[in-house]
Parts: sequence; C-alpha cells; structure tokens
Amino acid sequence: MTDPTFTGMDELYRDFILDHYRNPRNSGTLENPDASFEDINPLCGDKIRMDLKLKDGVVTDVKFKGRGCAISQASASLLTEQIKGKTLEEINKIGKEDVLENVGINISAARLKCALLGLKVLKSALALKYLDEPS
Amino acid sequence: MSAILQAHGLSDADVERIRQDFPILNERPHGHKLVFLDSAASSQKPIQVIDAMDDYYRRYHANIHRGVYHISELATEAYEEARASVARFIGTPCAAECIFVRNATEGLNLVAYSWGRTNIKAGDAILVTEMEHHSNLVPWQVLAQQTGATLRFVKVTEDGRLDLRDLDALLDGAKLFAFTAVSNTLGTINPVKELAARARAAGAISVVDACQAVPRMPVDVVDWGADFIAFSAHKMLGPTGIGILWGRKELLDAMPPFLTGGGMIGIVEMTHSTYADVPARFEAGTPAIAEAVGLAAAVRYLEAVGMDRIHQYEMYLAEYALKRLAEVPAVTVYGPSLEHRTGVISMTVGDIHAHDLASILDSEGVCVRAGHHCNQPLMEKLGVPATARASFYLYNTKAEVDALISAIEKAKRIFKIA
Repeated sequence: MTDPTFTGMDELYRDFILDHYRNPRNSGTLENPDASFEDINPLCGDKIRMDLKLKDGVVTDVKFKGRGCAISQASASLLTEQIKGKTLEEINKIGKEDVLENVGINISAARLKCALLGLKVLKSALALKYLDEPS
Repeated sequence: MSAILQAHGLSDADVERIRQDFPILNERPHGHKLVFLDSAASSQKPIQVIDAMDDYYRRYHANIHRGVYHISELATEAYEEARASVARFIGTPCAAECIFVRNATEGLNLVAYSWGRTNIKAGDAILVTEMEHHSNLVPWQVLAQQTGATLRFVKVTEDGRLDLRDLDALLDGAKLFAFTAVSNTLGTINPVKELAARARAAGAISVVDACQAVPRMPVDVVDWGADFIAFSAHKMLGPTGIGILWGRKELLDAMPPFLTGGGMIGIVEMTHSTYADVPARFEAGTPAIAEAVGLAAAVRYLEAVGMDRIHQYEMYLAEYALKRLAEVPAVTVYGPSLEHRTGVISMTVGDIHAHDLASILDSEGVCVRAGHHCNQPLMEKLGVPATARASFYLYNTKAEVDALISAIEKAKRIFKIA
C-alpha cells in the first residue's frame, strides 16, 4: 500500500528541479549587500547564504551560495528568481505553500526543512535588516 | 559445521531463522519489503528483547535496591544479572567495572567530567583522532577548554586509516588518548590493543569508543588492555536509553561522582555526603531497569548466535556489497580495503546529494543514513558535504545488497547519470 503523503521520486526530481540544482540561478555573492544571512540545517548539513540589494523597499538584486541536496538548492534558486523586483511587503507574504508550489509537489515531512531553508534564510536576512534600521 | 558455513559465519537458513525473530522486518514501507541497512545508527530488536522488557513491566516492575518485597527483589536481581551478562560478554571478571549509563555519549562524558577534571591540568595534552564521532570529540574539546589542556589529533590517511607514524610524538606529554575501535563513517577497524599499549607505555590512559565494535565482533576488554570503553545497547539488538561504561576498577574507585543524587550515596548529612562504591557511585537516580533487562536478553541472543559468526557473516556481506558497488559506474566508496574494515560502507553516487540518494532509496524500502554521520571534521577531510552510509548486521542478506544496488540504479536514472 502506498503512503498517501509519499510522492513518487520521478515526480519529485523533475527536470526543472535537477536543472536548478545543477545550474543554480543567481548563484554567488554580492559586494556590500544591504541584507545578508547564512544558515544551515544542522541535521543534514545543507547550507545557504543569501545576499540582497534593496532600493526603496524593493529587492533589486539577490545572489545565493550554498551546498546541499537538490531540494534545498533548487528551492533556493527558484526563490531568488521569484523575489527579484518584489517589495518587502510582497516578500513578507511568501510562505511555505508558495515554496512548495515552486518546487511543484508535496514533500514528505523529512524533506520539508530542506525545501524551506532558502525561505528561512531570506526572511532572516530581511528581519535582521529591519532590526538594524528601524523605520 | 561445514567449511563453507564457517567462511560465511551464518548459513542462509541461519539468517532466515534469525530474520523471523525480528518483527519489524515484516513491515512494508511504501509497499516495499523493508531493507534495513542502518544498523550502525541503531539496530533492530528481536522478539526475545521485546518480550523480556514486556515481561518485566507485566510481572515484576518495581524500583530496585531498597525494596524489601518480592518483586523489588526480582527487579534488583534482574538488573544486577544484566550487569553480570554484560561483564561476561566483554570478558571482564569484575561486573562492578560495568557502569550502566544512558548511552556511550554519557559514558564518555562521565570519563571527561569525573576522571578528566580530576586528572587533567593546564598544559597537559589530550590526544584524539580525526575519525571520531562527535561524542568522542566534543567532551574532550570541552575538557580542554575548561582545564587549559591542549587537543592533539591522530591524522587519517587518504585510505581512511589512522596515520600512526607520529603516534609516539603525539603521545609524548599526553594524559589521555581517546579513539574509536571501529569508525562509524568509514568502517575502519583500528588496532585497539596496540593503541592502548602504546598509550600506557607513554603514561596516558586510553578511552575507547566501542559503539561499532561491541555489536559486530568479539570484544575482550582484558585482551584490549584499554582503561575505559563505552558502548550503547541500542546498536547491539538492545533497547535505547541504556549504555555501558566499562572502566578499570582501580581508576573507577578513585574517581569522584559524575551525576549526584539518590542511589549513589553512602551517608547523607545536611551539608555533605559520602558516596557509594563502584558501580552504584556512578548510577545516580532510578536507572533504566527495563532497558537493562532488554540488554541482557540482547546479550543472550548475540551469545547464542556467536560473535565470531556474526563478524564473519558481516564481512561476507561487506565483501559482496563492495564488489557489487565497484561494478556500478559513478559510485564512490570511502574508507579502507576489506582487510581493514567492517560492514559499514559510506558512499556517494555522482553529483547526487546523499539526502536525495537516501530519499530515493527509501522510496524502494531501502533504509540508509545520509549526512555527516556526526563526523563533520572527517567529512571536510574527505571533501564531501555528506555521504550515504549502508551498514550490515546479522539479519541482512545478499538479496538486500542487491536491493540496495537496484535502488542506486534507480537514483542514477532519476538524476540522469550514466
């Protein structure tokens, strides 16, 4: 009997996921970023750093650097594509569901942390930015 | 026993009988047969262990040592009988040298806190190796930080063995040498007897992480000649929540308590207390009684099968697995050649991250560990972020190795690796 929460592996690792894993978009670091954060998933060692440039509350540029599984890296790559040109308000509304929609499937609980690491790093970077410059 | 059977350790029929003792092997994750290749992390439990603990809770559970009524006496007897079983199993004539702790991690911390803080001074050296599990590294890091001692490391060679060329220099001025008997990541079998003897000759005590050794090979602490060894019951068919610290009686006798409270005292007055003798001195609070009963049943099970045969059989499976893995393009296996290793095999497959590999293997019912195996410095040295690790035990079969190989083939197909 198949576990209903369990997704087929072919469905999970679709071509666009493998493409984002092997050719991550917005890969690298930014000089003098306006916001930056790095975090790891200590259980598996997945690691992501994200640098952001902001102008008038809009993300003008973003780069990320990381290592880890295809899900964490592709998910972060997809997220960087999604947030360019977005306002902080719009980014604030991005949630778990949006990330899962990016990845395109329902992930098992064990791998959810991988998929959400990029979003966690993004939100932490922006939260720190707000803390630094209360407005 | 036939010659062939001896070479394999266990016959197919033996293994089939053994498998029937493990109810979990009937589980069908994701509709597949459960192929459990993660015993190095925690082994499965035979019905004999499950029943022994169940029987304890149903018939004679009570707190031990001070109950004067019948079932408390039964529980006390079972608890101390478990200690005697473990002592016999690891070859010590002195059961009091076996301290029940929560797990090997707690045992190693006990040595670091109790022996370490009494005997290690600023300027002393503590020697560990680059292949230690975090549990046999971090306690010594903390001890060094708190005492002003320095940490030194035995390096690991490219083929995953200890580089012993500089051992005498590293031991010069060292008070303690902590090392693993078998690497949990690379499967390397270290020469415990030689390392313990050289530590002693240099005036250092030796502390052995025996977590991967005691479950899978005959261990005789008298022959090893080390000063402390620690291991966990749950990796040797026993329950979680109990482990053993074995130490030389004369060292244990001279050590202050680690945890304090009930059960470990002599006479208590308002401002001070005297402490109980070993082993009670190191077993503060109500211990894991059911778990001790389960551990004793696990020891009986392993003794009945025979540790020599278990080790032989595991080597037989390891040899077969290494041969099959070598035939699969894009698979990289880490660690030494067969004569220096056991059935713990770390690998990577092309550019598939270990987590993705483990997820795909899981979709075929194959359970392997993925990650840094609590061994981050070693992983850095290997230059990989993570590996997938398959480990074999007495209930595994060649057919399960084949299932591992075909699941790896599936992962390669999904990741489009030739």
